Amino acid sequence: MSTNLPSHEKAVPWIWLVLGFLGACALPFFITNYHVFQVSMVLTYAIALVGLNILIGYSGQISLGHGAFLAIGAYTTAILMDKADMPYWMTIPIAAAVCLVVGFLFGLPALRLEGHYLALATFALAVALPQLLKFKHLEFLTGGVQGIVIMKPEAPWETLFGLKLNSDRWLYFFTLAVTVVMFVIGWNLIRGRVGRALIAIRDQPIAAASMGINTPLYKSLAFGVSAMFTGVAGALSAILVAFVAPDSFTVFLSITLMVGMVIGGVTSLPGALYGALFIQFIPNIADQISKAAPWAIYGIMLILFMYTMPTGIAGLLRLIGQKLRPTNP
Amino acid sequence: MKKRQFTLTALCLSLAGFAMPASAQKKYDPGASDSEIKIGQTMPYSGPASAYGTIGKVQAAYFKQLNEQGGVNGRKINFISLDDGYSPPKTVEMVRRLVEQDEVLLLLGTLGTPSNTAIHKYVNTKKVPHMFLATGASKWNDPKNFPWTIGFNPNYNSEGKLYGQHILATKPNAKIAVLVQNDDYGKDYFNGFKEGLGAKAASMIVATASYEVTDPTIDSQIVTLKGSGADTFFNITTPKFAAQAIRKVDEVGWKPTHYLNQVSASVGSVLKPAGLDKAVGLISMLYVKEGSDSRWDNDPTMKDFKALIKKYAPEVSPDDGNATYGYAVAQMMVQVLKQAGDNLTRENIMKQAASIKEFQVPMVLPGVLASTSPDDFALFQTIQMVKFDGKNWVDFGKPVTVK
Repeated sequence: MSTNLPSHEKAVPWIWLVLGFLGACALPFFITNYHVFQVSMVLTYAIALVGLNILIGYSGQISLGHGAFLAIGAYTTAILMDKADMPYWMTIPIAAAVCLVVGFLFGLPALRLEGHYLALATFALAVALPQLLKFKHLEFLTGGVQGIVIMKPEAPWETLFGLKLNSDRWLYFFTLAVTVVMFVIGWNLIRGRVGRALIAIRDQPIAAASMGINTPLYKSLAFGVSAMFTGVAGALSAILVAFVAPDSFTVFLSITLMVGMVIGGVTSLPGALYGALFIQFIPNIADQISKAAPWAIYGIMLILFMYTMPTGIAGLLRLIGQKLRPTNP
Repeated sequence: MKKRQFTLTALCLSLAGFAMPASAQKKYDPGASDSEIKIGQTMPYSGPASAYGTIGKVQAAYFKQLNEQGGVNGRKINFISLDDGYSPPKTVEMVRRLVEQDEVLLLLGTLGTPSNTAIHKYVNTKKVPHMFLATGASKWNDPKNFPWTIGFNPNYNSEGKLYGQHILATKPNAKIAVLVQNDDYGKDYFNGFKEGLGAKAASMIVATASYEVTDPTIDSQIVTLKGSGADTFFNITTPKFAAQAIRKVDEVGWKPTHYLNQVSASVGSVLKPAGLDKAVGLISMLYVKEGSDSRWDNDPTMKDFKALIKKYAPEVSPDDGNATYGYAVAQMMVQVLKQAGDNLTRENIMKQAASIKEFQVPMVLPGVLASTSPDDFALFQTIQMVKFDGKNWVDFGKPVTVK
């Protein structure tokens, strides 16, 4: 099965994965709670980027509106926690299901649109959603402009293996667990039948169709799955921030996700993580460099990144890896 | 990390032990020391509300100058103002940075109703003073449930009520049209206004139109409102839209008695762009002095303010209402710090902020006094009604109580 994959996807250095996971587990005990919160946010962005990657990288459809699915996921969780008193962990699969359905349904008509036109249609979704959230007749659910304040979950145990837990550390572990699950799902999807079908549709749509791949179904499925990942990310971020409001999900968020995905590396799972780091930390760094024009600095960094690593951070790392192991084909 | 913390604590304890007799009254929480007071803030320097960034810039300039003059009670102010782009999740992240990493003593003038809502619970759990927020929503005055949060602006609801009462008293048969921004700022005003009109609200208000803060213009709303035949207009809009509305009302030849909410009462940033001649006769309220008003030309605070702007923030226009506002907030802050003296614990800061006794903030209109009590955090209980004469806002009547 794995013989069909490009060489870089095949060789998983398990030892690195295990070490990385152990490191991730130890991390919150060495950094401040504020940083724990930031790293948790990085993980949620990474999940969203995996979703975007499945859509853009693997199935070749462009979306400028994934901020909307982040919002739908976040609001699903917030409303369930606020109105139905549901425990936070239970809301994640529901947010995922809601986004899967919404994404799939949005994908159906959007199929008729290709390339730029699809990008514009999704952009419209991102533009419209914040106002829909303020809609008068939905206010009893969404809280209107005010948004919804939710209770931040406490850690269920005081300590874990003798190490002190608190709300931030606990939520970090919760986010980490969800992230691992989502990455495994993503990994399995991409390297299995679905992934191959998507790549075939992206590269040779006519050939794919003639080989018996149900192109429309797979395309909307890709949209749905992608929305599901993003929805899970939204749900997690709502729990972490403990607040949702229409102002949290502006069009700029969708663009930011797009930037993160391209910077991290298109068609790369680890790339999602690098892109997430970029989303979370580069604006802060830019702000520290220049208070007067942080967005100009951000722009310059963006151009530098694109110029020096045209295949994203993941592409650059892959290139370095290949250089270091010249004997390995 | 843990070890370092432990040694630090040990050091502090031993130092405290030694210094006990000499400085029995000196008490510090994180962010305060013999030499420094750390103050944190989030401000939309970028994004849709970036015009408000002026407030933060003026405050940074104010504290810089203050430090050069020796600070407050010998302590320098370390003012950390971070950009949140008016995005609530970013506000949460930045405020957590300020509280947990920078360890500020208190938060000052964080801007925006949604942004402050996002951190409301957090700062109250952390017991960090969340002071003089730059928003006038009525929910900030809730000392029972949120004893660590105190607003600055007179609340929108009471102001709206006052306009309602004024119309009832002066023009009981008015036919009123209302333009309102569709968010809780707009609703706060509108609800107060209806309360002020009382039972007659339903019959007196003949037309209402709303707009979204993201709309490009409100021209069509004005045309609709004029069409209703109303002779009185309550304009609940933020600065950009207020300027548009004033201009459009004049353009379509509508001549209502025009009430403008205080949020947009700045001559420099609203009336001038709209056209001063078109703004004659507007009724509003003021509590902070106007940079463009010639009656303050010899006022010492106004002189200091203009010198400060010239020297430390030349890109800011002294006529901008946000600039004088930011200055007034900074003055209020310094007063609370002075009251707190050498007892710079978070608890004492809140105690002082909750016991301000009829203080005249120099940048605030004479007679409009700041007062608080432990069970009422509404800072300004009086406000001045004003009418625009084509050049300046002119007081009419005495400052009135907004309750």
